[in-house]
Amino acid sequence: MKLKNFGERLPHGLFFIIALSALTVLALITIFIFVQGVPLIAKVGFFNFIFGMKWAPSQGYYGIFPMIVGTISVTLGAIILGVPVSLCCAIFLAEFAPRHFSDVVRPAIQLLAGIPSVVYGFWGLIFIVPLIREYLGGPGLSILAGSIILAIMILPTVISISEVSLLSLSPLLKEGAFALGATHWQTIRSVLVPAAKSGIVASIILGIGRAVGETMAVIMVLGNAVALPDSILSPVRTLTTNIGIEMGYASGEHQQALFATGIVLLVIIMILNSLAQYSIKRK
Amino acid sequence: MRKSDAKSRLFFRFSLIFSLFLSLFSIILLTGCARNPDTVVVAGSTSVQPFAEVLAQEYMTLHPGVSIDVQGGGSAAGIMATQSGTTDIGMSSRNLQGSETSLWSIEIARDGIAIIVNPKNQVTGLTLQQVADIYDGKTTNWDQIGGKKGEIDVFTREDGSGTRSSFESLVMGPSQIMARAMVENSNGAIRQLVSDDPGAIGYISLGLVDNTVRALDLGGIVPSRANVVNGTYNLSRPFLFLTLKPPTGLVKDFIDFTMSPQGQQILYAQGLITPGYSP
Repeated sequence: MKLKNFGERLPHGLFFIIALSALTVLALITIFIFVQGVPLIAKVGFFNFIFGMKWAPSQGYYGIFPMIVGTISVTLGAIILGVPVSLCCAIFLAEFAPRHFSDVVRPAIQLLAGIPSVVYGFWGLIFIVPLIREYLGGPGLSILAGSIILAIMILPTVISISEVSLLSLSPLLKEGAFALGATHWQTIRSVLVPAAKSGIVASIILGIGRAVGETMAVIMVLGNAVALPDSILSPVRTLTTNIGIEMGYASGEHQQALFATGIVLLVIIMILNSLAQYSIKRK
Repeated sequence: MRKSDAKSRLFFRFSLIFSLFLSLFSIILLTGCARNPDTVVVAGSTSVQPFAEVLAQEYMTLHPGVSIDVQGGGSAAGIMATQSGTTDIGMSSRNLQGSETSLWSIEIARDGIAIIVNPKNQVTGLTLQQVADIYDGKTTNWDQIGGKKGEIDVFTREDGSGTRSSFESLVMGPSQIMARAMVENSNGAIRQLVSDDPGAIGYISLGLVDNTVRALDLGGIVPSRANVVNGTYNLSRPFLFLTLKPPTGLVKDFIDFTMSPQGQQILYAQGLITPGYSP
């Protein structure tokens, strides 16, 4: 009897330990980032770090406000360009598309998620940037270029999650609306989409998280200047690209400042993820 | 009785596997830490790294059984690693300052810095002052300095780069590179962007200038190896090998090889400036 118990308990314990190791890694990374970054924030001062306008680590200036503005503006641009397209696509796939069509389109959209981000960046640099420079002016490396690339990159996230939330609605909703005499479009507009709202909102928030965290693709098309942008054609630097572009040579305080940038990023992503969780659970 | 036997056997087997794992792990760790006497670790400036790799390759072909391990990290990291003894040879692409000068150092070659523009640009030369004015934001349009009307797109390297700190000390003087300048983190990226953008200006290693971009004359002096060697084109920086104490043994032999005509010829062929050697 005891042996049998042991045989049952063993996998239980083993799996628990292995599962714990994933959490441990997360905890270790978080602790490490905070241990490295917090002393610098404390030294510079929280307010000076977050709202400082000048970033010149070799002269002791550590202000990341232009990068926060950069991150927000590029992400906002990606949302404005990407979300309407994604939602139309999700509604089309869930409601209008014939089965054999959506069976082809769905994997194709998933494939978009599989393209490495460096490929997106390189394509943007060679194709999008010259187009912007030629037809809209400015250096081409700009908020607009970054937003276009990110808008494409968040498509799979937003489309698949909002499509799933539309498909998982009870068929009774749709049948009820039809029985009341609503047309297909009326049903989608005033019954299905409102009912799937929490899933759709969650998909958008996760898309924002993806856009905020993206590094490699945007390094190549943003221009990385640490200054407040005056238009969508200005180059900017985001929090992620700040780490990506400067880590090669950073040491000492400079390196700590990059970890401190990571803390700000981690906090933003944590807030976004909890918002997404909250929005799903509220359903 | 039998059951508890089986249990202890199972437990024993597990602890055996576990300890096997532990010992394997520690063996891997230990071998990772041990410094092989036939290995020389070279670390530091990423500008010097590709050239050191070529030298190491050549040296290892000549001396089988010896291993030269070349790593990057940047000039600052290379200097620190030399001071702490974690690397045998440090690489720096800038002059040593302050307490760093206590290290033993030798200049293995020089590297020029070229100011580059797009080949379509009409401007063929600037003065040092004009370049500084562009980088600190006083000059913003090419027509102010004899070019066709058009915004100047200014490209610079990231903070911490040896190329940038050399550029700052040689060109900028007391003024600073403006925040609006676009930042890229490699010579290659700057060359690519300048070759695409008719309004761009940037700076890269002289050895990496090719026909996709044009290197500007500075104060009428053409950026060339000869002009760097004779001192008329003064935008250049040293490539240094550093050691904690005057080199001995294998480290000395590798540095001697680097400074020999054979080593210098390799560096020359790779595009560097070797004051003591010309073919």
